[in-house]
Amino acid sequence: MKVLVPVKRVIDYNVKARVKADQTGVDLANVKMSMNPFCEIAVEEAVRLKEKGAATEVVAVSVGPTQAQETLRTALAMGADRAILVQTDQDLEPLAVAKVLKAVIAEENPELVLMGKQAIDGDNNAVGQMLSALLDWPQATFASEVAIGGGKATVTREVDGGLQTIDVSLPAVVTADLRLNEPRYASLPNIMKAKKKPLDVKELGSLGVDTAPRLKVVKVTEPAKRQAGIKVETAADLVSNLKTAGVL
Amino acid sequence: MAVLVIADHDNATLKDNTHKVVTAAQAIGGDVDVLVAGSNTAAIAAEAAKIAGVRKVLTAESAELGQGLAEAMADLVVGLAGGYDHILTPATSQGKNFSPRIAAKLDVAQISDVTEVVSADTFTHPIYAGNAMETVQSGDAKKVLTVRPTAFKAAADGGSASVESVAAPAAPAKTKFVDQKIVKSARPELGGAKIVVSGGRAMGSAEEFQKVIEPLADKLGAAVGASRAAVDAGYAPNDYQVGQTGKVVAPELYVAIGISGAIQHLAGMKDSKVIVAINKDADAPIFQVADFGLVADYKAAVPELMSALTAAGK
Repeated sequence: MKVLVPVKRVIDYNVKARVKADQTGVDLANVKMSMNPFCEIAVEEAVRLKEKGAATEVVAVSVGPTQAQETLRTALAMGADRAILVQTDQDLEPLAVAKVLKAVIAEENPELVLMGKQAIDGDNNAVGQMLSALLDWPQATFASEVAIGGGKATVTREVDGGLQTIDVSLPAVVTADLRLNEPRYASLPNIMKAKKKPLDVKELGSLGVDTAPRLKVVKVTEPAKRQAGIKVETAADLVSNLKTAGVL
Repeated sequence: MAVLVIADHDNATLKDNTHKVVTAAQAIGGDVDVLVAGSNTAAIAAEAAKIAGVRKVLTAESAELGQGLAEAMADLVVGLAGGYDHILTPATSQGKNFSPRIAAKLDVAQISDVTEVVSADTFTHPIYAGNAMETVQSGDAKKVLTVRPTAFKAAADGGSASVESVAAPAAPAKTKFVDQKIVKSARPELGGAKIVVSGGRAMGSAEEFQKVIEPLADKLGAAVGASRAAVDAGYAPNDYQVGQTGKVVAPELYVAIGISGAIQHLAGMKDSKVIVAINKDADAPIFQVADFGLVADYKAAVPELMSALTAAGK
């Protein structure tokens, strides 16, 4: 079984995003970038499927700028076999990313697409669902457990108030939630080995996909600031303040 | 112009999120219809019909709709989409699951987690864990949005819309429901609770989390939440998680205990009316958003708070 893992290069999880003064977006100049945390979980799961013998090949794919090659090298160092970069400097919307991935899938024919549930920049939580809709494949989002067997994936999903288990026949799109696994750190020998693994770069234009934006960004602003309040000395002070505030 | 709101329910009762999304729909303008899709819709539809300003309530019933399978929900809504310019879904885990599938089937963008309706084609939503608010104008013929319920007031009751049933789609061929484990809790639901008590990594263990956070929550009649760090460490279940990748809450009172206030946690609770933080680290970022901060070890502070609440008649 071939597993395709889309990954995204995003602002590092620990960096606070700052809005540009001209309100055109978020300032990413000289900001530390990393693999989106949910994509790391997806790569880890795919590599574990290979280690268990359920997958034969893990292909990481990213749609983004030249620097996304670093993100793909990270996936290779974690254990992916090869990587594909669809290179573009455009900031694509989720629907466009899903269309690009569909075109890559037409060439690669994976039986499973395993990807993060959401990227921590746009926070859209949309590409996996859109991709499965475009492919007419079943979807299993927010996975906390994945088992492969008998031409299907049995996926336990994080839902409001608990867990749901569904079977999806392969090929399918599965999106990873936080508790699916704890991604490994790539070892130094594996980082060195990753440099020699194949990384194929395609120009976005070569895929013939319509990636025109559907949304016009009017402005990007700072959220309303919350003022820090007061420090209280004791629990009794706290309770009397809360009574005064009318919330008890 | 007409707006379709997809109701949030648990196959038994209509959830308040629906009323909040109806408010967002009314801000867009035009006729507002509510779709109740599930396995047992009559009582829920009757509730939805009472929301003031709703034109009609559509119901569709099948086992798969009741199980919330995305393929079934998307097939149903895409079939109805011809009559609507906007399709609004509450941004719950259920709504986030199927709404992008609808958008892709209609070949339109989805705007996720809308917090403000600027006009019928322009919407604001948070990006980067709420550290930036993006306003976008959609050029698509149909607008598919998920709406963050906490950003809108619930529409009042007082209407008497008609209820109409529509055909359910065929069962999805490639997805089968296996089972569901929903934790039954006597506590209010996290997303809609008036008071939320959350614990962080400082708890140190699941036992300590239960011993400290749950009694305080019960005393306050509150829902229980947790930081991602506490969920990651296994101290609390995932559906307790408040934050960018968990639930977004905006209760009257949010009590953060032993939570440092990472960006991703603040994204999920900073719109609460009153925030209380108890943390022994006076420099913890949580104090920058807290209305009332108590710099103290929770081990001493929570028992004191329990007695102070008892003394205050709680």
